[in-house]
Amino acid sequence: MVRFGAACGSGLGSSFMVEMNIQSILRELGVSDKVTVQHYDLSSASPGEADVWFVGQDLENSAGHLGDVRFLKSIIDMNELREKVTQACKDKGLVG
Amino acid sequence: MNGLLDILIDIASTPAILVALIAVLGSVLQKKSTTDIVKGGVKTFVGFLVVTAGAGVIVGALEPFGEMFKVAFNMQGVIPNNEAIVAVALDQYGTSTALIMLSGMIFNILIARFTKFKYIFLTGHHTLYMACMVAVIMSVAGFTSVSLVLLGGLVLGIIMSVSPALVQRYMVELTGNDSVALGHFSAVSYALSGYVGKLIGNKEKSTEDIKFPKSLGFLRDSTVSIAITMTVLYTIVALFTGSAYIQENLSGGTNYLIFALQQSGSFAAGVFVILAGVRLILNEIVPAFKGISDKLVPNAKPALDCPIVYPYAPNAVLIGFFSSFVGGLVSMVIMIFTGGVIILPGVVPHFFVGATAGVIGNSSGGLRGAIAGSFLQGMLISFLPLFLMPVLGELGFAGSTFSDADFASSGIILGSLANMGGKTAIMIGIAIVIAIMLALTALDKNKKAVNAE
Repeated sequence: MVRFGAACGSGLGSSFMVEMNIQSILRELGVSDKVTVQHYDLSSASPGEADVWFVGQDLENSAGHLGDVRFLKSIIDMNELREKVTQACKDKGLVG
Repeated sequence: MNGLLDILIDIASTPAILVALIAVLGSVLQKKSTTDIVKGGVKTFVGFLVVTAGAGVIVGALEPFGEMFKVAFNMQGVIPNNEAIVAVALDQYGTSTALIMLSGMIFNILIARFTKFKYIFLTGHHTLYMACMVAVIMSVAGFTSVSLVLLGGLVLGIIMSVSPALVQRYMVELTGNDSVALGHFSAVSYALSGYVGKLIGNKEKSTEDIKFPKSLGFLRDSTVSIAITMTVLYTIVALFTGSAYIQENLSGGTNYLIFALQQSGSFAAGVFVILAGVRLILNEIVPAFKGISDKLVPNAKPALDCPIVYPYAPNAVLIGFFSSFVGGLVSMVIMIFTGGVIILPGVVPHFFVGATAGVIGNSSGGLRGAIAGSFLQGMLISFLPLFLMPVLGELGFAGSTFSDADFASSGIILGSLANMGGKTAIMIGIAIVIAIMLALTALDKNKKAVNAE
């Protein structure tokens, strides 16, 4: 099971939205049964908890320790998220 | 028969069970699997108990602060922090908060369906906190049981639908589209910042043109920023209170500065625990709310938490925070000279609200707009609580209060209505607001029909 993580400053609102959006994109791609998505707040997120992370670019300096992070210019832009989620799925061999 | 009724009443009076049932209802409506329904219900139940535990910690840390401040300065010192004031209120108002939150979400969906205010407010923790404030003010005004829940929910639903509307034109300008709204109960201060930016700003010079030191990013971590600022605050107050008073009356002999450090740390710890509990509660409720509203009001706009705007202007985030905080400090100095209640600058509101105001101010008026807009709204969110606290009943004497502009604005309106004419005045007020919203909707439909011809 590949694990995606969405992280934000408070772990309450924005990472939640990103998690829900990632889940709907995974459903679009047909791989929602192969990936789990969770949301975290940056201070309690540890790199081992997810294989790929999605974080807003304003948190670039606080998220480096998480490992494989894909930064988002806008956390509400579905097109950018779709592009980055699809790329992450390709990197993990889930889609061609 | 009586035994069963007693049990039902006990269930309804235990907020933890209530929110769990709300989560279960939401999961059932979404046709989730039995394991998911049970898991969701249990997590929500435990989540509320976690919140209660955090509440205990914060109250334990706030009381000595209030006492020290009074002894040191002979004034009431208040730290605006939503988690803290909700912690104080939860003991007495937990049940009504949970029920008003449920009722408010239902009314939000209905209002979005039938009026032009098509916003679904998805920032769950703010819904919870606003439900708490509405519960307190309307209980103090005299409402109870069914009418409290129904009318309180209606008030909350109105606030949930109207708040995003106040900021939407600035959101469209910032994001370049009209599909997402801002769901954060400080819309009044954001609208102010956007307006100030437009008035005196210069869009040519943006906050993002400046080179900013990256090291300040640690302020995004609430736990760290609260712990640091509270330590500074508690230490200053402790120094003025004097070691004798503290060691005799508060710390049981522990050195007074160490005591200050213990209490300020506890405050930060309490906020952390509350947020953890709120996360558990909302984990099930918000997706259910979103899922149901997607089905019932498909053309509604989601109103999302303020950090969604931060990536658009990361420098404006920090500039907005500092400017707002300075506004808070200036306000505090003014209050010290005028005497009475002192609203201390709360780092959490000045960070999240100031940052958002900075981004919006920058979007409408560049660097100047960001600085001026955040500064002015920083003063606004410092002075507004002064007028809110008197209508909160006993909560007005707590060491904390609600921190964001919409809490104060709605609270002041509700409280003033209550003072003018009690429950009747509030009901008339609600009726008038709904009438205006329906009228605006009708006017909008007419305009569209005329344009289509």
